[in-house]
Amino acid sequence: MTHSEIIVLLRSRFGDAIGQWHDMSSDNAYQRQMGSYLDVTEPGVIQKLAFFLRDEKGLEFNNLILLSTLDNSDGSLSVVYHVESTQYQHELTFKVTLPRDNAKVPTVCTVWSHANWHEREAWDMMGIRFEGHPDHRRILLEEDYPGHPLRKDFREPDFYHGMKVPY
Amino acid sequence: MLVTSVDTLFNWARLSSLWQMSFGLACCAIEMMSTAASHYDMMRFGVIPRPSPRQSDVIIISGTVTLKMATRIKMLYEQMADPKYVISMGNCSNCGGPYWEYGYHVLRGVDRIIPVDVYVPGCPPRPEALLEGLMRLQEKVREQGKAVDLEV
Repeated sequence: MTHSEIIVLLRSRFGDAIGQWHDMSSDNAYQRQMGSYLDVTEPGVIQKLAFFLRDEKGLEFNNLILLSTLDNSDGSLSVVYHVESTQYQHELTFKVTLPRDNAKVPTVCTVWSHANWHEREAWDMMGIRFEGHPDHRRILLEEDYPGHPLRKDFREPDFYHGMKVPY
Repeated sequence: MLVTSVDTLFNWARLSSLWQMSFGLACCAIEMMSTAASHYDMMRFGVIPRPSPRQSDVIIISGTVTLKMATRIKMLYEQMADPKYVISMGNCSNCGGPYWEYGYHVLRGVDRIIPVDVYVPGCPPRPEALLEGLMRLQEKVREQGKAVDLEV
């Protein structure tokens, strides 16, 4: 399926929750593939959308390639999902934007189980809560580490467990 | 018949069998393993890797010390029996290395938690550099506890 066919199918099913398609113009096919994305305006539908993408006949996005996060210049946070279908060889990128002070989105662990660690990393680094996650701990840093270091307003602590941190 | 002082004898014994705690942290650990392997063979200096802090004399901090690991390193150091020595191997454990400014998870220098005897610079240091560090440590052990002329 091409991107436009997929979007028509998603709009017919999810209506206004599906926002704009952003096309990336580039000479590089890989950049076009990974840089073009679909906006999802309603964070609450993410899980249903993911189930639909995985299970619908003809779509069958059975692999979540990557789940990453962005700290946008307007202060909001975004979660970006790259999914692919190994059967039909098509890919889709969709993005959901969340408010900074209450960033939470339903988990997709129940859809693609390998999202588990991706979401833990997103929580660790960017401070985004994934509701319904089965094991919602930090993945790399200590549980008591202050803050989420990939947020642009993060400042490292002066002391951590009595150890001086800045150079 | 050999006449010597007790200090000299003990120091000689210590420097000739510096048992190293086999403990690797990052890419420097690969160089440390290479140093321990047959090509560079640090066993010819009496340095044997031991898997336990209770039985080792020297700990080689071979790599980036993260804040999460730092507390563990301190515990391992405290578990070692005296006399104990520390070699800081590589720029990361010397001073933070490439993480000195933006490494939110890195301790800028292992000497912030434990005392270091020898610093080996490099990123990572070659096995020859680590051997040089070990030999410097041996020279330090040879002179310890004695009134020495500090002009070397």
